[in-house]
Order: sequence, then structure tokens, then C-alpha cells
Amino acid sequence: MRFLNRSAGRLSRHRRGPLAGLVVLLLGLVLTGTAYAAFAPAGQAEEAADNAELVEQGRELFLVGCATCHGQNGEGVLDVNGNQLGPSLQGVGAASVDFQVGTGRMPMVQPGQQNPSKNVAYSDEEIEALAAFVASLGPGPGIPEEEQYSSDYLDSLSAEERDAAINRGQQIFLTNCTACHNFNGRGGAMPRGGYAPGLRETSEKHIYEAMLTGPGQMDVFSDGNIPPENKREVIAFLTTLEEEPQQGGFSLGGLGPVSEGLFAWLLGIGGLVGFAVWIAAHTTRTQKGKGQA
Amino acid sequence: MSTTSKVASTNGATAVAGGKPSRIGAGAQWADERLGLAGLAKKNLRKVFPDHWSFMLGEIALWSFVVLLLTGVFLTFWFNPSMVEVEYQGSYAPLRGSYVSEAFNSSMHISFEVRGGLLVRQMHHWAAHLFIASMMIHMMRVFFTGAHRKPRELNWVIGSLLLLIGTLEGFTGYSLPDDLLSGTGVRAADGFIKSIPVVGTYGSFLLFGDEFPGTAIIPRLYIIHVLLIPGVLLALVAAHMLLLVYHKHTQWPGPGRTEGNVVGFPMLPVYAAKAGGFFFIVFGVTAVMGALMTINPIWMYGPYDPSKVTAGSQPDWYMGWPDGLLRIMPGWEFEFWGVTFPFNVFLPIIVVPGVMWTILLLLPFIENWITGDKREHHLLQRPRDAPTRTALMVSLMTFYAMAWIAGGNDIIAIRFDLSINQITYFLRAAIFIGPLIAFMITRRWCISLQRHAKEQALHGYETGIIERSPDGAYSERHQPLPAAKQLVITGREGDRLPELEPGTDANGVRKPGSRTDGLRGRLSKLWFADNVQPPTQAEIDEAHHHHDGAHELGAGSSADDDDHVTLTKGH
Repeated sequence: MRFLNRSAGRLSRHRRGPLAGLVVLLLGLVLTGTAYAAFAPAGQAEEAADNAELVEQGRELFLVGCATCHGQNGEGVLDVNGNQLGPSLQGVGAASVDFQVGTGRMPMVQPGQQNPSKNVAYSDEEIEALAAFVASLGPGPGIPEEEQYSSDYLDSLSAEERDAAINRGQQIFLTNCTACHNFNGRGGAMPRGGYAPGLRETSEKHIYEAMLTGPGQMDVFSDGNIPPENKREVIAFLTTLEEEPQQGGFSLGGLGPVSEGLFAWLLGIGGLVGFAVWIAAHTTRTQKGKGQA
Repeated sequence: MSTTSKVASTNGATAVAGGKPSRIGAGAQWADERLGLAGLAKKNLRKVFPDHWSFMLGEIALWSFVVLLLTGVFLTFWFNPSMVEVEYQGSYAPLRGSYVSEAFNSSMHISFEVRGGLLVRQMHHWAAHLFIASMMIHMMRVFFTGAHRKPRELNWVIGSLLLLIGTLEGFTGYSLPDDLLSGTGVRAADGFIKSIPVVGTYGSFLLFGDEFPGTAIIPRLYIIHVLLIPGVLLALVAAHMLLLVYHKHTQWPGPGRTEGNVVGFPMLPVYAAKAGGFFFIVFGVTAVMGALMTINPIWMYGPYDPSKVTAGSQPDWYMGWPDGLLRIMPGWEFEFWGVTFPFNVFLPIIVVPGVMWTILLLLPFIENWITGDKREHHLLQRPRDAPTRTALMVSLMTFYAMAWIAGGNDIIAIRFDLSINQITYFLRAAIFIGPLIAFMITRRWCISLQRHAKEQALHGYETGIIERSPDGAYSERHQPLPAAKQLVITGREGDRLPELEPGTDANGVRKPGSRTDGLRGRLSKLWFADNVQPPTQAEIDEAHHHHDGAHELGAGSSADDDDHVTLTKGH
């Protein structure tokens, strides 16, 4: 007690000092602020309010741009013949919206075998709003965070870890993806005019979302099927594929033996026949010199 | 040469002793006394070859074969044909740590660590493409110009065998690196063998030594690729060339050219330079292709694994047409007593290619049987002068092309935004209808060209000079063709129908074998039907007479100058 009294006394000695008021004020503010932040539920409430606003904004966009085919509540629409015009969006998740709208696939020009990517019709904020609205219809995969898909993490790895990650990515790619997307990520044909698009132009986020949601004829590669870190390794492999130098020269479209055969005939045989014509056309003067070998 | 130094330099009565031979002469003399080369050289160094670009197509094949031998030997220094599994630790980062076969590992080593290895590997592959492609265009040239006729039928057979065996050589070659694409090809080959009824499974086990893939297929393919087939190819190439020397080269008809001579340039110095130079050109083109254009990037395909496959899995182009037939074949599969008979594989891969190759091999004999032509031919025919033959080859080429397109149907679908199904449906019909249409169009086209040539030979070519006669009639002046061109048209042999004995004897009794004679007679009539025969001397004289008349009359004022009338009508 004596000790306490003594220190209180020491503190008390400064109570009329020039900075005392300021210190007390600051202490008071910090305490109040911390206590408020610790106890008040105001943060979540605000976020919920923001989200509700976003969903409402998304709903309005949805009613204008999407509801014709997907229904006003995203329940899907059948045409007069009973065919599905637009599928139900309940449970497809925000990732699906971000992929379909973010790559320009939605809104669709017309129903068909293939839904090609084209110019993106909505701004990033609008896509976010649409995604929020669709996510509110039912639980589904969310938009991935950057560290989930970005291949930049390779820079933080040692050379060996990096090689191992890219190698795993290639193995997964060759096992699951090349059958449609080609060994080079150049795409391939699907039945009735459909196709698996080339992956060279697709952003890392959209590749991740495609694996997660399985757009079009593509399979869904859920996190149980290909864990998130493996998905990221596939993306890392695809990125290095683009960065790799063309060791063999021009890739000739990276389409395999068909384009190789085309070049063998057009350039190779075409060129050599041209040379044959040239050689045969340049005939010798037989009377030059003595004419003896 | 050694003999030149001993040739007398005067016409004096006493022989002049030769001077001291030059170094080269002395060397040649030394060799000749031991090897007897002078006689051989004297005969062959002056051997004459006619000059035409189309006679050099076979040379492309020969020289690309030499490139294949050279680059192939280089590759064998490092390639290790083993299916032992190893961990890849080479310099291509994305594959490091993968388990691969030793064959794949050593192919990667050649591509990434051996200096110039990838260049030589790519040159070898491109040269293989050029080898088979040039054999094909050479073969088409031979057939279109009638160079397969007597006495060269056997050389045609040898050439066809070269094409078949060259194709197999290509297949065994591109299967060796054991990458994903080539493994898919070997897997397909396994299926093809197994599609053969009864013996298929045994054949597969015989080849693979085990259930697919086993551990024996790569070493076996390797020894077939580097020893067995190259040996056969070399022997056949040698036989092909010896027969070429023996038969002497064919030539186009022209001034001074007959069935009994060859007009052209001698081997030394002209053709040695031309052919030798062409070797360097072929080597150079192959090197440029190998240096600049990726072929079979095995590092991208990765090692073969039966559980993986890639879109765009095609064989190399020369195996593309059976693959195409397989792709458009409806899925007809039959089951007998619990055994599946994959007719949908057996027909397009085993039966049709076999039939097609037999047809190819027999083409000279089929034609010979129909035309009944027993004469020797050393002068070539222009394709138009044998319309049915030309049309036959074009229709075979159309069949090939349709099957070929089918082989690339998926690439065509994505590149041209088409539906793979519709390409398939189209080709299922086109493969039958296309050759027929091509046959008819080509045949009529040839006959039109024949008519045109005859017209020109008889009445001259159109000069584009329009003359107006004093009484106001317009006509175009025609000029006679240059002599060499004229000779090509007028100098060729006309068609001769085979002389068949009547099918019944004097008493009306049918002779044995007359039924086939009847078929043969009908076929030969069809073969030559509507062909335009070369102008006869009488026709030429007649035309000349008309033209002389026309000149006189043209100067005068006769309005019913019948030659002018026919000419203006004709054009």
C-alpha cells in the first residue's frame, strides 16, 4: 500500500502539469473507441446493410439483363416447347456469375451449343452486384480471393519447391484438362459445334472459377476433387507455359500433327518443288569450254 | 580421266607416246587397274537424263532419305530405347521430378542437353514428312504421265512398297520417344491389331510381349526402326535406282525424241551438279524447318501414361487417312457367341488400307489388262492424253483427301467454327460421291483439253488480232503453233483398242474365258471412249489447204470463205 500510495502520489504530482489534460483526453478517447469497437455489433450491421444494398442493386440489374431467360428469381425459364431457356441460378454461387459475366459469356447473344466469350457488358461493380444477388439465391462457391488463384506465390518458393509445384500442376493438367483443352492449352472440339476454349487468354481468376463451377460442358472440379492448392498449381503451370520460350521454334498453332502435316506439305514440299522447277529451268550451255569432265 | 592422257594428239602413222599422267590421272589409273572402274564410269558418267522439273520429285525422296540416315545416326548416339522408369531430372523445369521411361528421358536429353540435339531431332522428323510426301508426289507424277507402263511395272511395285514401308518406318519412328501423343498412337495400334478376328489378341501379345503397354514395345519398335526397315528401304531404293538406270529415263515427246533414245544432259558434269546441288537444297530446307518450326514437342506432351490423352491426338499426316476413315465410320460392332467383333475398327483400319494398297500396287497391271497394251513406252503422255487414267488417279486422290480431312475433323471444327458432327456426316457421303464426281469432271476436262490441243494443231492458236474484211466481216487471225508444241500434239501415239477375238467360234459356241474377254472389251471401250485422237496427216493437210485458201480469199472479197466461217463459228 505504501508503494501504491507513493506511486499515486508521484502521478498526482503531475496532475496540474501542462500536458495532463491532453493525456487524459487521449486516454479517454482510446478507451472509449476500443470499448465501442469491442462491444458494439455496429460493424457487421453496416456490412449487412452494404450487402443488402449490393444485392438490391444486383437484383435490379438482374431483372433488366438476365431475368428473361433465368427468371425473376433466378429460378430458370422453360420455353413453349418445354426446353430449358436459361437454367436455374439457385446455388451456382457468386463465382459462377463472376466467370460467366466477367468473361463476357453472359449475357448470351442467343442460345446455342457454345457460349463464346466476348466483350464484357458490365462494369466490375455491376458484376459484383450481380454476383451478390445470385449468391443470395442459394449457397454456392464464392469468388476466390487473389491469394487462392494467383501464380505470384511461386516467387516466394525455393527453386525446388517451384519446380515441384509446376510439375504437379502439369500432371493434374494432363490428367484432367488436356483431353478437351489440348496439351498446349489451345482448346479442342466438342460435339455439335461446341468447343473447349483455348486457355491462353483466360485470366487466372477465371480459370480458377471455371474449375470451381464447371461452365458449359465442363466438369465441376470441386475442392474435394482438386484441392485449392492444386488448382493454384494448375494455374501456375499454365502461366509458365505461356512464359516458356518456344524451344523448338514457331509453334505452328500448337495443334499437333495436323498443322505439322500442313506445313510439311505447303512449305516443305511446296518449297522443294519450287526449287526443282528452278533447277530444271536453269539449263546449262553444253558448248562452254572443252565439254569434258 | 586416265585414258585422256594416252589419246594420240596427231594423225601420224606412229602412235605418240602419252606424256606423264597428271596426279589425278595416275590415281585413277591405279584405281582402275585394281577395281576396273573405267568401264563402269565410262558407261555411266555420260548417262543422259532428260530435263524436266517433274523428274526431280523422286530425287526429293532420295535426298530426304539421306538426311534421315544422317540425322538418325546422330540420334542413336543418345537415344536409349528402354521402358525402365526413371525420375526426370533434366533441364526442362516443368517436368522435373516426373517419373518417365528411359526412352522419354533420353529423348528429353537429346532435346535439351545435347548440343544441336533438338535441331537434329526436328530435322529428322521433318525429313520423314518430306520423305513420304515426296514419294507420293513422285508416284502421282509417274502415274499421270504413264511412266508406269511397260517395261516399268515392277519399278512401280517397288515404289509402292517403298511408300508402304516408309509409312511404317514413320510410325515406328514417332512412337519411340514414348511421349503422351506417341503412346496414344501405340495404344491405337494395339487396338487395331486386336480388331482382327481370331488372331488379333494373339498378334497384340506377340507384338507387345505382354498386356499393353508391357516393357518390350519400345525396344522392339526401335530395332524395327533402325535396322529392319531401313535395311529393307535401302535394298528397295537400290533396286528402284538400278531399274531406273536399266530402263533409262522416260522423256516428254518433242523434237528429236523417240522411243529409242533419251535426249537430255549427261550425268557429268550437268546432272551430278544439279542432283548434288539438289541434295544440299533438300538438306538446307530440312535444316531451316528443323531450326524454325516446332515438331512433336515431347516436353509439352509429357511422358506417356495410359490414363491421359490430349485433344488433337492425331497420327502424323501419312497415317491420317486411315485415322480419318476410323473417325467417320459408324459404330457398327457385332457380337457372336459372347465375342465382340469391332467391325467399326476392322473395316477402316485393316481392310480398306489393305485394299487401297493392293489397288495401288496393281494399277499398272489393271490398266494394262484393260488397254491390252503390250508395247514398250519410253515417251511420256500428257495427263490429258489418257483421260480415264488421269481421272482414275484424281478420283483415288479425292478418296484420300476426304479421308484425310476426316482425320483432322476436330482441328477443322475449331479452326473454321464448324460442327464436328456435320463434318462427319458430310464426309460419310463425300467419301463415296466425291471420287465419282472427281472422276467425271477430270475425264471431261482432259477430253476438252485434248480437243483444244487438236484444234490448235490444225488451225493454229488465236493471236488476238481481229481483222475486218473489205465487205465488213470480222475474223480473228490464227497462227500456227511453234514447231515443238505442234509436235507434242501431232507426234503422240493414238489410242489402240485391244484386238479381242470374238467370244464365239464359227459355230456359235462360246469359248472358255470369253466372259472375261467380254468384260475386258467393254472396259477398254469405256477406257478410250470419247478420247480425241491425234490429228492424222490427212486432217493436217486438209486444214493447211483451208488456211492457204483463207489467206488468198481473205485478200480477195469472197464472203462465203468457209474456213473463216468455221473459225468464227468455232470461237
